[in-house]
Amino acid sequence: MVVVVKKYCSITHKLVRLNGDVVFSYNEEDTYKKFIRAAYRHFETDYPKFFKMDALSKLGFLSVDILVKDAALSEKYSPEKIGLILTNGSSSLEVDEKHQETINDRENYFPSPSNFVYTLPNIMAGESAIRHTFRGENTVLISEGFDADLIFEIAGLALKNGSLDCCVCGWVEQYGNNYESLLFLIERGSTEDVHGISSEDVIFDPSFLLTTYKRLQ
Amino acid sequence: MTKVFAGAENIISSLGFTSDENIGNIIRGKSGIVLDDSGMYSPSILPLSKVDHDRLESIRPLSADITRMERMFIASILDAGKRADIDLSSPETLFILTTTKGNIDLLDPVLQAKFGKNRIYLHSMAKVITTYFNNPNKAIIVSNACISGVLGIIYGERLIRAGKYKHIVVSGGDLMSEFIVSGFQSFQSLSEQACKPFDRDRTGLTLGEGAASIILSSSQGIFKETPVKVLGGAGSNDGNHISGPSRTGEGLLVAIQQAMKLSGLTPEDIDTISAHGTATDYNDEMEAKAFSRAGLEEVPLNSYKAYIGHTLGAAGVIEAAISLQSMKRNMLFRSAGYDHHGVSKSIHVIKENIEKEVSTCLKTGSGFGGSNAAVILQKI
Repeated sequence: MVVVVKKYCSITHKLVRLNGDVVFSYNEEDTYKKFIRAAYRHFETDYPKFFKMDALSKLGFLSVDILVKDAALSEKYSPEKIGLILTNGSSSLEVDEKHQETINDRENYFPSPSNFVYTLPNIMAGESAIRHTFRGENTVLISEGFDADLIFEIAGLALKNGSLDCCVCGWVEQYGNNYESLLFLIERGSTEDVHGISSEDVIFDPSFLLTTYKRLQ
Repeated sequence: MTKVFAGAENIISSLGFTSDENIGNIIRGKSGIVLDDSGMYSPSILPLSKVDHDRLESIRPLSADITRMERMFIASILDAGKRADIDLSSPETLFILTTTKGNIDLLDPVLQAKFGKNRIYLHSMAKVITTYFNNPNKAIIVSNACISGVLGIIYGERLIRAGKYKHIVVSGGDLMSEFIVSGFQSFQSLSEQACKPFDRDRTGLTLGEGAASIILSSSQGIFKETPVKVLGGAGSNDGNHISGPSRTGEGLLVAIQQAMKLSGLTPEDIDTISAHGTATDYNDEMEAKAFSRAGLEEVPLNSYKAYIGHTLGAAGVIEAAISLQSMKRNMLFRSAGYDHHGVSKSIHVIKENIEKEVSTCLKTGSGFGGSNAAVILQKI
């Protein structure tokens, strides 16, 4: 069985790219926080819950949103066959530190549930699952950096064993003003025969993932 | 087709440092949950399930620069490794580590000064563990809330079936920390007494800590005791709410049905269910609905949370290890804390230990982010 990349989207260096083409650039000397809000507005995302999310979820959410916007996945697939398999390096460290600050001092102790819920990196996947009604497998794996083999193995096997028909997979990393996302929308090829794949489709393999990632640097 | 065998299970929890010790206590009806009055947490007295600190510290030969969390993982893997003929340093062996927060206690300034900030990263923690065992592969780290452990087993099964590795050590761990306790308190989801899964009078969950390891292999012969098979499993998402479970059980139902489909089984084939059963109002109700909709109302099920608390990212591995023991011993263990039926569906919660042939077990988990997972184990 052949798995193909239908689309890919990256957010890094104040640029949003879709299939390698820049679709939004931000020229202000600003923080990540301001950049991601500007990107949200640019794509007319219209999802007020976005502003409640932690910084990592904002990046994951917006990356997924831009990637699947015109893909009409719900017309092609049933919700339980659409998955999200994300990798990340720092987990939810930024929010973890915020939560820790609220409990360091017993005299000034104010842990907040709306902060605590984001101390799990998979909440970013949950946010996208809610937005797009993805009911399939939904996982966050931690790796030191972008790991093409890991993404390929885990997402590829979920499609190959029939758990999923379609998957958004890739890398979403953020801590402070360092942020970087690269997501791929993958589906099964229209035929089992490699030669039958339409010329626009790219075969999902680790070298394509890695080359695409390196081009962002 | 390649079969995936599972065994050599180890459990480190408040009930002991080996599977035998844990199961012995479970059979005797002993719970590891005690009222903690160490003053480390606020309020100052609350039920928790903790691993014996002095015993953990006394494990040799572990050097002083190994954190408490790493120590639990390493001790668990060391014990599992003795129960199979396996070379943990081989490139054919992969480690899958599952945790929600790993070395989260290092956010505390004193501990951070001792071990360095870098160790908070889960990949740094994983490196300490694989380096300890001289394993050349990068560990796969699953950090997906409370279903991390079940997902770790599922990914291990798939990787072995696909021929990527011969052996995979799936090891789950999470710590008790002020970080976790304060967070769950802010959610008002902690019970003032030991938790009571599926019971009418349940008032919330009890936190636990621990680690567990299960070795998966394409070779049946490496195990010193007869292993079981992992048939297949799947994950799902409710697509509903980030911190509250689905009201309908739809997400968990999807995972269960997918797991049965991948395993080639129907509901009649399932002998027992190791449920998640956190003892919060909404979670247990959601699970009851999912099991009922899946045609599993009659199947004896339990939650182990009233024995060892909710061990978060370790829970899936710890509870699967207990299920392995249940199958090996042909005994269904009582679902502790369950006295009066407290969910809207007539699911079959196990009221006392029963000796019974247990061939096929469904293990499920659900967690924050709307995530669910289910995996099926079967005797050879």
